Amino acid sequence: MKYEDAIKKYDPVLGIEVHVELGTATKMFDAAPNSFGVGANENVTPVSLGLPGALPVVNETAVEYAIKIGLALGCDIAESCRFARKNYFYPDLAKNFQTSQYDEPIAFDGSLEVELEDGELITVEIERAHMEEDAGKNTHVGGSGRIHGAEYSLVDYNRAGVPLVEIVTRPITGTGERAPEVAAAYVRTLRDVFRALGVSEARMEQGNVRADINVSLRESPDAPLGTRTETKNVNSFRSIERAVRYEIARQATVLEAGEQVLQETRHFHEETGETSSGRVKSDSDDYRYFPEPDLVPVEPSRDWVEQLRADLPELPAAKRRRLLEAWGFSELEMRDVINAGLLDVIEQTVAAGAEPAAARKWWTGEIARVAKQEDAEVTTLVTAAHVAELAGLVKAGKLNDKLARKVLAGVIDGKGSPTEVMEAEGLEIVQDDGALEAAVDDAIAANPDVVEKIKGGKMQAIGALMGPIMKATRGQADAGKAREMILAKINS
Amino acid sequence: MADLTRLSALDLAAGMRAGDYSSTEITQAHLDRISAVDETTGAFITVTADAALATAADVDRRRAAGETLHPLAGVPVAHKDLIVTEGVATTAASKMLEGWVPPYSGTVYRHTQEAGMPLLGKTNLDEFAMGATTENSAFGPTANPWDTTKVPGGSSGGAAAALAAYEAPLSVGTDTGGSVRQPAAFTGTVGVKPTYGSVSRYGVIAMASSLDQVGPMGRTVADAAALHEVLAGHDPHDSTSLTDQATGFLAAAEAGAASGSLAGKRLGVIRQLTGEGVEPGVQAAFDEALTIAEAAGAEIVDIDCPSFSYAVEAYYLIMPSEVSSNLARYDGMRYGLRVEPEEGPVTAETVMAATRAAGFGAEVKRRIILGTYALSAGYYDAYYGSAQKVRTLVQRDLAKAFETADVLVSPTAPTTAFDLGAAKEMDPMSLYLGDVATIPANLAGVPGMSVPAGVAEGLPVGFQLLAPAREDVRLYEIGAGIEAAVNDTRGAGVLAAAPEL
Repeated sequence: MKYEDAIKKYDPVLGIEVHVELGTATKMFDAAPNSFGVGANENVTPVSLGLPGALPVVNETAVEYAIKIGLALGCDIAESCRFARKNYFYPDLAKNFQTSQYDEPIAFDGSLEVELEDGELITVEIERAHMEEDAGKNTHVGGSGRIHGAEYSLVDYNRAGVPLVEIVTRPITGTGERAPEVAAAYVRTLRDVFRALGVSEARMEQGNVRADINVSLRESPDAPLGTRTETKNVNSFRSIERAVRYEIARQATVLEAGEQVLQETRHFHEETGETSSGRVKSDSDDYRYFPEPDLVPVEPSRDWVEQLRADLPELPAAKRRRLLEAWGFSELEMRDVINAGLLDVIEQTVAAGAEPAAARKWWTGEIARVAKQEDAEVTTLVTAAHVAELAGLVKAGKLNDKLARKVLAGVIDGKGSPTEVMEAEGLEIVQDDGALEAAVDDAIAANPDVVEKIKGGKMQAIGALMGPIMKATRGQADAGKAREMILAKINS
Repeated sequence: MADLTRLSALDLAAGMRAGDYSSTEITQAHLDRISAVDETTGAFITVTADAALATAADVDRRRAAGETLHPLAGVPVAHKDLIVTEGVATTAASKMLEGWVPPYSGTVYRHTQEAGMPLLGKTNLDEFAMGATTENSAFGPTANPWDTTKVPGGSSGGAAAALAAYEAPLSVGTDTGGSVRQPAAFTGTVGVKPTYGSVSRYGVIAMASSLDQVGPMGRTVADAAALHEVLAGHDPHDSTSLTDQATGFLAAAEAGAASGSLAGKRLGVIRQLTGEGVEPGVQAAFDEALTIAEAAGAEIVDIDCPSFSYAVEAYYLIMPSEVSSNLARYDGMRYGLRVEPEEGPVTAETVMAATRAAGFGAEVKRRIILGTYALSAGYYDAYYGSAQKVRTLVQRDLAKAFETADVLVSPTAPTTAFDLGAAKEMDPMSLYLGDVATIPANLAGVPGMSVPAGVAEGLPVGFQLLAPAREDVRLYEIGAGIEAAVNDTRGAGVLAAAPEL
């Protein structure tokens, strides 16, 4: 069954679990570094390796980040909550249990407003946000690279114990045909929240943010929830949309055939855009959860929570709305600015005195072009204050666009502020009428034939005088003014 | 020179300070004693003679150079082979960890190293501390120095036997349900289970995290107090380590040893732990010690702790539950034993299964299975949940009892040491019931101590004291008072009644 038909016949319900790796200096329960890109099994201690006798200790910064996430999502923050052990055997799990939160999450009962492309707002209810540790990473060697048929497997425990916060939604209903878009927009909005809070780099491609997408179908919004599938570890916004789309169509096909959707985990395949059956999930999964006896309960003081709440930065959705109104950008312009990660620096540039349109033009235009050319981060090239100064010089008529680009190049090369570069290199538009007048007089005297043509009404012949004038003033003449002066002198 | 192995740890320390003998002489004397008798006692799994002598020589050199040293510097110590010791094989008395040499040290071992205490070796225990006889060791049983046909108790049986056989002046044990106190009782020595959180568990191979506590063992209360001061202290590596730590154990023991210290002290006799179920000889020795204490001015109070009747059952749900999870990491994937299946495919799962089948002994498997069952969905509330409720009741009973008594007392164990091999004939449940007196302290996190009460039919009997949490000093003061009063009456320490090996 095609998606378009499926969505006409069935009401989709989503449930999304997002894991975010926190950007703490050390791991969730031990002092091993939490960093990316080192050799296998270098970021480990006896705790990450689950050596006999090793004990966990809770990372306070991770708790702080989890509380910030909870507050940003409008959650209640638990006065006391415990970790639990989720027991199962797998080689990437050094202790053969994962330390997680089970029935006592640190944050619960929140919501997140998600804005779709056309500006429609959807409120996603958050059931809970809880802390847990990541597992290590298995690499299967030989065969197809999958566990079946592999000759042997290697385990890297660098990731074991990296702090995670898992955010679980309540069932997301009422999205109708926009379900795929809502799913992606929700995760994108969360990603932006993580970045605004500074709790994670939140890079999807590095697996900092991973989404498990639950989808179920029902005959109508009044019907009870259908059987859901959980598509694990979908790692890009586009993949999320495709996975939801695929699952809706697939489940509808199953239901149309009079069969039942199996409650199972599924895997998404980038190449085909399809999902495939993973493991049948049933009530027989028994993780034998019990409170982690090696850790005392986490009891964030109310003072601390209130302090964190007071210090929360403005969240991306609110900021976007505020700035859209203040700056008068189009939706498309705003989206480009946000996607390029330039919102903050443009805001700073405006705060430094630039007009919003000028700030946007410089950052998304010439500076972005140079950055791309030099493979550098845009914001490392030049400061917001300098861009504002540059825009100010243009506005004051001291620079035209072409000259301003030259000045910018000098600023990027570290030659000083825009004003300094302009003065040092003599790039200021000539304002001195005397110098311009002399150049105009010289040009008129040297080109009597051209003057005759102008007198005869061939106005475009003025261009022939502009060349010598610009040459004499090294390009700094104000062309409009020179034109006025030529006409005045010829017609006088 | 006197036989240095017969002196108390504090006397050895004083002798070194006075220049009477060196740490090297003391350490060598103990190593010689180990060579002479350990074949009989089997107290040690590993003897670290070279490392011990190196530490001793270093301490002697530093003392000669006039450095300020820890009061126990140069006094040798034995660690139970459950304590992780960097560079020294640590087995937990299990085939699972045979040959594992740790890359790090437990906090308590680090503390004794920093104090300059030579490590004599690693003492025998029941596998992963599971047992009450030290017969569940993969490396053979330990014999009781009082009678080598008897068990030394367990699980810290090697630690206790090493003291009673004068192979070590001090031992570090661990106590999850009585594993320090019961072997102390069976060998006529002193064993303390501190308040939960007094001593760090970091680098102590876990059996049941919410119950485990490292404990000092010695031949005198004062020696145990001095060792406790070395072991204790807040440890940022252990989340359950107390931040506000009690101190002054040795001073309390010294005050308690002074005559008249028992006057007015209220000893609460726990009704549920005396009389029925206690061997007559044990009861008689306990009663006699009580009479001696009363004569010294102590007041005897009757205490009712009804919840204690359920303590063993609760313990044998909580402990195995935690065991089943704590021992999951021994799977042949990273360290220790690795066994491939004899037939069928070799996968991570089959290697884990084969390794665990081959590496764990019967008692360990029994507890893993019990705990796995108790935590299973649908059973959790009935088993683990109910057991936690009993735990709360035990804490309440104790809190109430301490309103009318300074310490609670009972025989440490209902019997004296039993015959080697006898436990195998017993059903596990009746063996578990032997822990009835010691388990409540672990469930409630309060400190407990066993001091020698006397002798019954040639074997020592232990006298247990319990104090409120963080009141370990009370144990040392009153325990030393009982010890002094009993020794006065006998004319010598109880251990002096042990026959020569």
